[in-house]
Amino acid sequence: MPTFKLNINKKEYEVTVESGTPLLWVLRDNLNLTGTKYSCGEGLCGSCTVHLNGKAERSCIVSVEEAVNQKITTIEGLAENPNHPIFKTWIDLEVSQCGYCQPGQIMTLAAMLDSDSKPSRKEIDQTMSTVLCRCGTYNRIRKAIDKIVEEKL
Amino acid sequence: MSGFNKKTRREFIKVVGISGGGLILASFIPFNDLLSNADDDLKIFSPSVFLKIDSNGVVTIIFHRSEMGQGIKTALPMLVAEELEVDWKKIIIEQSDADSKYGSQSTGGSTSIRKNWEPLRVAGATAREMLILAAANKWKINSSNCYAENGFVVNRSNGNKLSYGELVEDAAKLPVPTNVKLKDPKDFKLIGKRVHRVDTPDKIYGKAIFGIDVVIPGMFYAALSRCSSFGGKVKSFDAGKTKSMPGVIDVVQISNGVAVIADSTWNAFNGRDALIVEWESGPYANVMTEDIRNEMKKHINDDGAEFEKRGDIKNIIEGETKLEAMYEVPFITHAPMEPMNCVAKYQNGKAEIWAPTQNAQDAQNEVAKILGISRDDVTVHITLMGGGFGRRLVNDYAVEAAEISKACGKTVKLTWTREEDMKFGFFRPPSMNIVKGSVTKDGKPAKFYHHIIAPSIMQMRFNKNLTAEKSDIAEGTVGLQYQIPNIKITGTLIPTHIPISWWRSVYNSQNPFAVESFIDEMAYTAGKDPYLFRKEMLPKDSRLTNVMNVAVEKAGWKAGEKFPDGKGMGIAIFSGYESYCAQIAEVTVKDNKLKIDKYTTVIDCGIVVNPDTVEAQLEGAIVFALSAALKSEITIRNGGVKESNYDDYPMLTYDETPIIETYYIENNYKVGGVGEVGIAACAPALTNAIFAATGKRIRRLPVKLN
Repeated sequence: MPTFKLNINKKEYEVTVESGTPLLWVLRDNLNLTGTKYSCGEGLCGSCTVHLNGKAERSCIVSVEEAVNQKITTIEGLAENPNHPIFKTWIDLEVSQCGYCQPGQIMTLAAMLDSDSKPSRKEIDQTMSTVLCRCGTYNRIRKAIDKIVEEKL
Repeated sequence: MSGFNKKTRREFIKVVGISGGGLILASFIPFNDLLSNADDDLKIFSPSVFLKIDSNGVVTIIFHRSEMGQGIKTALPMLVAEELEVDWKKIIIEQSDADSKYGSQSTGGSTSIRKNWEPLRVAGATAREMLILAAANKWKINSSNCYAENGFVVNRSNGNKLSYGELVEDAAKLPVPTNVKLKDPKDFKLIGKRVHRVDTPDKIYGKAIFGIDVVIPGMFYAALSRCSSFGGKVKSFDAGKTKSMPGVIDVVQISNGVAVIADSTWNAFNGRDALIVEWESGPYANVMTEDIRNEMKKHINDDGAEFEKRGDIKNIIEGETKLEAMYEVPFITHAPMEPMNCVAKYQNGKAEIWAPTQNAQDAQNEVAKILGISRDDVTVHITLMGGGFGRRLVNDYAVEAAEISKACGKTVKLTWTREEDMKFGFFRPPSMNIVKGSVTKDGKPAKFYHHIIAPSIMQMRFNKNLTAEKSDIAEGTVGLQYQIPNIKITGTLIPTHIPISWWRSVYNSQNPFAVESFIDEMAYTAGKDPYLFRKEMLPKDSRLTNVMNVAVEKAGWKAGEKFPDGKGMGIAIFSGYESYCAQIAEVTVKDNKLKIDKYTTVIDCGIVVNPDTVEAQLEGAIVFALSAALKSEITIRNGGVKESNYDDYPMLTYDETPIIETYYIENNYKVGGVGEVGIAACAPALTNAIFAATGKRIRRLPVKLN
């Protein structure tokens, strides 16, 4: 089995897994970074979103090879700063219900705000509509985003 | 939020010798068990199974139900803390395992607050009274001269204080009082406040451990191959290729199929996909949705079993206008974001299970049964779950994991793929609804007849001999508050081999669609505004009328309003779970494209424990019910489920979600249910709004505009 070097949350890791293993399962099963969630396995729901070089990607359809030589950030990495405006607003407005999709919601939003701190309504709609939430927290996500964007938190 | 972190000192679980279900009162705890020692000489006072206080003053509240997003891991401990008079920020909340000493742990039917409202407050008040008496004895004063506040007992006359920690040893020597006084609602400090959820930070930081995140040392990963048609069985299998695949450790057969055990989830999935299984597909291998619909259609003119009858629905009096419609809803599934999974460890005749389950005691029983061991030899740890919505009331995935663990002799985590989650669910049954009625010359309702054709969950799951009139299929239509002089509700049960079960609000997700749509049709036939038509049929000062009036006011509903082209508002109401709810939908339909602009929803659920979670449950219920009304349908094809993932079983997305305004009525009525209440009126409010906007009446879900 090949060994892959991965840079995750500014730390270097070496994992020995089958070629083609999705990054999601490397994070979860090999590195116990379980904040990245499995839900659809086909890039349809966004629960497994991580950042690759700052860009939001669905880790269930990114192979371990594709993740080599990229800066990978997971929800655990983003949460190294619990004062991040997204976290603070998410707690303030109690966005989460079951919470399972929320790491994916937050990682998707964080990448969007990193590239554009004043996204248009259309951009927000398009970006956030790629992450599903079965509990139906969309209204509060919208309120949280509005607050973050308007108040430039 | 540091107060909610896991305990650092060694965990001490007190075992109380009580079994059997029902209400657990503090007084049932044997005297000698009130005080125990932890390893570090810490004394622990536990006058109830729901709380413990140690000699350092650390208060631990035991959460005995299942948290799946509804917020009860916060709300139930609030009930204990309110009466116990402790600093909410300093308590520890501990998830219990499955144990009959807690009474029912089944988390469904919007019962968590309703059923625990009294026992949990009694538990808190009992401990409080014992601590007060212990302090009074120490000070040699009457206990009426003391009060409890923030984890201390205070002497009224001089303001002296003793902490709960200092009192636990003495309190434990006192007899447990049997009829403690509970607080007057006007004195509540915590109940009714917007309390932040205790589990939010861990969830958003990616630290919360859901079932799928559980890791046990030495654990392996399992995936299961199942027959694609319901009722099928393994005839034979060839694991040759699988066994040569990377990471595959073992292949075992269990009741539901063939399991592959590997060193990672991914390798288990791949090993499973490489299995060659020959299935004995059974008698239902060719069943299609149309076959089930055709079977249901045969019963449209049945007399059916009678659920309710008042007056005479038969004779239409001259001048009455008759109307008739058929409404239909399909099979749908829960599709929670976290697929089914379970960790199981079977060793030396004992089993330990880590399960995201809504029904931990059932998991204990079912796992014991399949393994042939005693229930007492099965430990079930309840984990957080990524949504439940009723799906996790059935513990098939825990049973599978236990069987696999026993068969391979290893600790395993069984993970279902999303495709399995879609295909091997326990579905909300379909129904056909024949509704007939009439309105008088002066626009009053005269007759209402509802005939339901549906499979019964109760019959299929519990009692094959159950007769229709004793079944569950008429929930949400029997006992309507409308004062229609002539009413008849009947039903016919359709047996089914398709696994069916409870889906958030169960039959209330379908019967009110038929009822509230038809009431709307009656209103238009009568030439009346749908709100006023309903109002005239309801008792004047009823709580249901009140929520409807408030909704009308908040949404800006104007009776008889003519909407601009393509715009419309629809109203629907519901009472159930000891609560009342009204919803108003506002829609725009342009070129056959529907946009839902806004939902206004008003609930009266009696005393509100945590306003924020009540609102969240209503918001979530609307999104959940709209997904079903607009998009969800499970199709049976060749004996199995056609849909496989979120592309062909889609749900509402961020941009499709309307503005949702929620309101609750402030009162001191008995606590009612919340989680399921917001579902029932949602679909009919929507389809009534579509009618107002377009003149098109939607009678079959999911909504199709063309």
